Amino acid sequence: MNIDRRLFRLLKEERTPFILSIISGCLASTMLIAQAWYLSRIIDGAFMQKSTIGELVPLIGFFALFSLMRMLLSWASHTEANRGTIKIRKTIFLRLSAKVGALGPVYTRSVQSGRLSTTLIKGVEALDAYFSQYIPQIFFALFTPVLILCTIFPGDAVSGVILLVSAPLIPLFMILIGKSASAMTQKQWKTMSRMSGYFLDVLQGLPTLKLFAQSKRQRRMIEESGESFRHATLRVLKIAFLSSLTLELVGTLGTAFIAVGIGLRIMKGEIAFQPALFVLLLTPDFYLPLRQLGIKFHAGMEGVSASKEIFEILEQPEALHEHREAPSKEEPFGLHPIVFENLSYTYPGAERPALDGINASILPGRTTALIGPSGSGKSTVLNLLLRFQEPEKGRITLNGKPIHDTPLELWHRNISWVPQHPTMFNTSLKENILIGRPDATPHELQTALHQTGLTAFVASLPEGIETVIGEQGARLSGGESQRVALARAFLKNAPLLVLDEPTSHTDPELEDALRSSISELMKGRTTVIIAHRLETIRSADRIIVISEGKITGCGTHEELLAEGGFYLEALRLQQEIVT
Amino acid sequence: MKTFLRLSSLVRPYFWWMALAALIGFATTGSSIGLLMTSAYIIAKAALLPPLGALQLGIVGVRFFGLARGVLRYLERLVSHSTTFRILAELRLWFYDAIEPLAPARLMHFRSGDLLQRVVDDIQSLENIYTRVLAPPVTALLVALLMWFLVGIYSLPAALLVLTFHLLAGIGVPLLVVQLNRGVAVGIMEQKTAQQLLALDLFQGVGELQIYGKLTGHLDELSMTEEKKLRLQRKNAIVEGLQESLTGVLMNGAVIAILWVMVPAVSTGGVNGMSLAIITLAVMASFEPFLPLPGAIKHLEADTHAGRRLFEILDAKPETKAPENPLPFPEDHSIRVENLSFSYPGTESKTLNRISFTVPAGKHIAIVGPSGAGKSTLTALFMRFWNPSEGDVLIGGSTITLFDPEVLRRNIALVSQRTFLFAETIRQNLLLARPEATNEELKRALAAAGLGSFGTKLDEWTGQHGMLLSGGERQRIAIARVLLQNAPLVILDEATANLDGVTERDVNETLEAVTAGKTLIAITHRLAAMERYDSIIVLDKGRIVEEGRHEDLMRLNGLYERMWKLQHAAA
Repeated sequence: MNIDRRLFRLLKEERTPFILSIISGCLASTMLIAQAWYLSRIIDGAFMQKSTIGELVPLIGFFALFSLMRMLLSWASHTEANRGTIKIRKTIFLRLSAKVGALGPVYTRSVQSGRLSTTLIKGVEALDAYFSQYIPQIFFALFTPVLILCTIFPGDAVSGVILLVSAPLIPLFMILIGKSASAMTQKQWKTMSRMSGYFLDVLQGLPTLKLFAQSKRQRRMIEESGESFRHATLRVLKIAFLSSLTLELVGTLGTAFIAVGIGLRIMKGEIAFQPALFVLLLTPDFYLPLRQLGIKFHAGMEGVSASKEIFEILEQPEALHEHREAPSKEEPFGLHPIVFENLSYTYPGAERPALDGINASILPGRTTALIGPSGSGKSTVLNLLLRFQEPEKGRITLNGKPIHDTPLELWHRNISWVPQHPTMFNTSLKENILIGRPDATPHELQTALHQTGLTAFVASLPEGIETVIGEQGARLSGGESQRVALARAFLKNAPLLVLDEPTSHTDPELEDALRSSISELMKGRTTVIIAHRLETIRSADRIIVISEGKITGCGTHEELLAEGGFYLEALRLQQEIVT
Repeated sequence: MKTFLRLSSLVRPYFWWMALAALIGFATTGSSIGLLMTSAYIIAKAALLPPLGALQLGIVGVRFFGLARGVLRYLERLVSHSTTFRILAELRLWFYDAIEPLAPARLMHFRSGDLLQRVVDDIQSLENIYTRVLAPPVTALLVALLMWFLVGIYSLPAALLVLTFHLLAGIGVPLLVVQLNRGVAVGIMEQKTAQQLLALDLFQGVGELQIYGKLTGHLDELSMTEEKKLRLQRKNAIVEGLQESLTGVLMNGAVIAILWVMVPAVSTGGVNGMSLAIITLAVMASFEPFLPLPGAIKHLEADTHAGRRLFEILDAKPETKAPENPLPFPEDHSIRVENLSFSYPGTESKTLNRISFTVPAGKHIAIVGPSGAGKSTLTALFMRFWNPSEGDVLIGGSTITLFDPEVLRRNIALVSQRTFLFAETIRQNLLLARPEATNEELKRALAAAGLGSFGTKLDEWTGQHGMLLSGGERQRIAIARVLLQNAPLVILDEATANLDGVTERDVNETLEAVTAGKTLIAITHRLAAMERYDSIIVLDKGRIVEEGRHEDLMRLNGLYERMWKLQHAAA
């Protein structure tokens, strides 16, 4: 009955509310039977026995009591199932977001952020119907019909047999339909998302369409694709609905059959009016939970397919950020050499290693530049140093001790990082900069702005430094974002500086102005920089040339020049010598 | 309310379809009522021990209603789904029509796909406005009327009572639910938006969050929004459960009330005892269409919210409008810029400040300057994505606002820094530039753009935003488009800035070859091979600071010479 094992394990963690929900739901079904019993007695009393209203009052009282209890119980069942579901959803949401946080930038960059947020927000929500509706309904669909059968059989075995024979038809049809229908819903779901993806693409490309004066023509294409989507989907739905028609007919024709049957038997005197009415009242409620199971199954299916994406993320192998006990005191970081020992790394699914036996040392308090063509493995080296990923083989040591042994947070606390595409968070510019040091004084903030040449830019913003930036706020150019990242680094004042030099964002004028503040930042710090500008490369204390995951040269600019053509070739591939 | 009326007017063309679906929906419920009524009729009649033939009517009735309910339900689903899809298609077209004139000037803040995705989701959620908002009240109303007549035949007081309970279920319960759930739907939407932004920050900025020790804090913030959302959804679920139970209580209340009124009438012989069974069962079946009513109000709340967001975007006034009697595009392809100034709305600083220059027909000029100098704004003004705050752009002596914008754009080919490719085939992406181009023409254009090998790959998919192609390949596709478009004017806006050195040189050479004889403006901050331009304009902070040929500018010892030296210091 399609109970996913991983989802079931989640269910077990929050067992109590679901058990309560199922118990109250089953009790509500019992009340339903009592209700039907009293109602049939009342009508029988008035119609057949010609009782007066006064005589019927106790029966009506019981009827009212049981209907009230039934409603309370089903409400309880509903809210309990919801309570459990909410707990599960919260757990999953927390695990999922924490997992993404732990997987880090190497993972998030490898997948579309839109897909991730769909899984985190919509995917987790899609689990709701599975837990709050489908799971309890499985029990109701088993319990209620059986209970009704047991009640009917002693009084009216013939109707009992009719119900017993027709009941299995429903699950049978459902299984038959379920298989093809779930394939169909999946297909429809896909066309649906393809359609909306296509529409999104068109909206994003509107400026381009306008440039080519094609936007009017595109309208026709949207119209046509909508029309063909409707035809295709309806063709699928016609079949899917046809199968639910069969299900529906089992229920309605079953009721009709029983009504005619007991009608005839009343006339033959085989059954009295009251038990006959009782059976008739219960018949629709016999089929109802079975039919609802079908509906809730479909609602739950969406959750099952969403859970696949969720578990795919949750089961991603995490880089081992293991560490032994935290060192008793914080050691001065920058004053020790960092050594790469035989570092190797292969990306999952890649044919050749991104890094293949890297051995190098980083001079303490000095600047080391990494150069090499794109895809040579420079970024992987930085990622390993930042501990965004862990080496497959080999290790990085600081002062002879593996950096692995340092708690991750402590390690990160001692690093300033200026990436090529810094993230601007959806808060004010001020908060974006203060992320570097939340307790910085206004004066320190001003200094950082000044050092990174942001003062004029801040003055040009409508609300100055309080202006909201990021997705919903003011837009920052690549160069401006980079300077915000630099300001963060100035404030953080960490001993180890990791920089990824911009390739094309800033223009030469600005870069010249920034260079002095960057070298200010580098002073007295151990700096590792992916360098693109010749100026930066030349002024580095040590240059490491990387090609296809291996170190092909190491030394100062002059030493490397003397070593021969490969270095010039590397520089040329770095795209920096403008002809 | 206004938003709702505007939304309903959008679906008005489908009124008859919706009416048909509602009618079938009503007939479906009617059949369930009929099925139970005839069933009750059979056993009640049988209890009176009539001749066998007397049951015939009831037997035909149950069979008829039993079949009808299934078949009608099938038809209803088919018609309502078909209507829903029609509405969705209509909504998309409507949105496209409304947003097309606004792009790109009024859509500046939709830069990432994720927010635009929300717009698409909003439209998607509106498709259900018929099935979830408009249809349920209509069906419920019709059923209440039907019951009024059915019960009225037997007993007017009973009919009145049933109507009262229907009103309670149809108006009282929904109002109560709305009262209890006030703001919940909107609150959930708001939490989702907040969540989306925080999630985006997490996915894009997880590196920074780790390095700055903010990961835990950020995750806490994210889980706070989830908690708030879950709390609201829990409240919603409790109220929904209450509503279901209340409707059930009302149904049973209606049954008791009917018994109360009719039993005395039966015992005095005023009402036939048989009808008691029939009506009781009918009343029980009649409450089914009242269950989705509070949901309709909830969806209404959410839909108006989504609608309001869409209207907010669409109610912006388009930046540019086509003139009523556009001039034909001139034969003279010279460009003259006169006293051009421009500021973006909401900013005070002038991005362009009283700029004037001339490009004689067939000449090539370059516009250079530091970033933020206003270079790219010029492109947007040429393309009429924006209108100048002051001054004019003239082509062949006529100001460009006098031309039909479509004609203007067809006559200016633009290659920008980032070429947008649709998630389509290479062919589709090329045909944009000339829809009637033949296979041969496409292949020739690709070959001239240095993509000869793509000639056999015309029907290959380019991936989301053309991501299956490299940056160089995408720019070359843009060049192939220029060739196909064959416009007399060309603007290159940092066309090669994202390319590596070797590719940049190759692409530039191709560009030079294919644009010979056309009027060309190249916007760049990379000063490479500047000797080829007939004139160079140096822009700084929105003003022209220097102008002349490369040699002249180098002699000035000004900004140009400084920039050039900085970039060539290496060599």
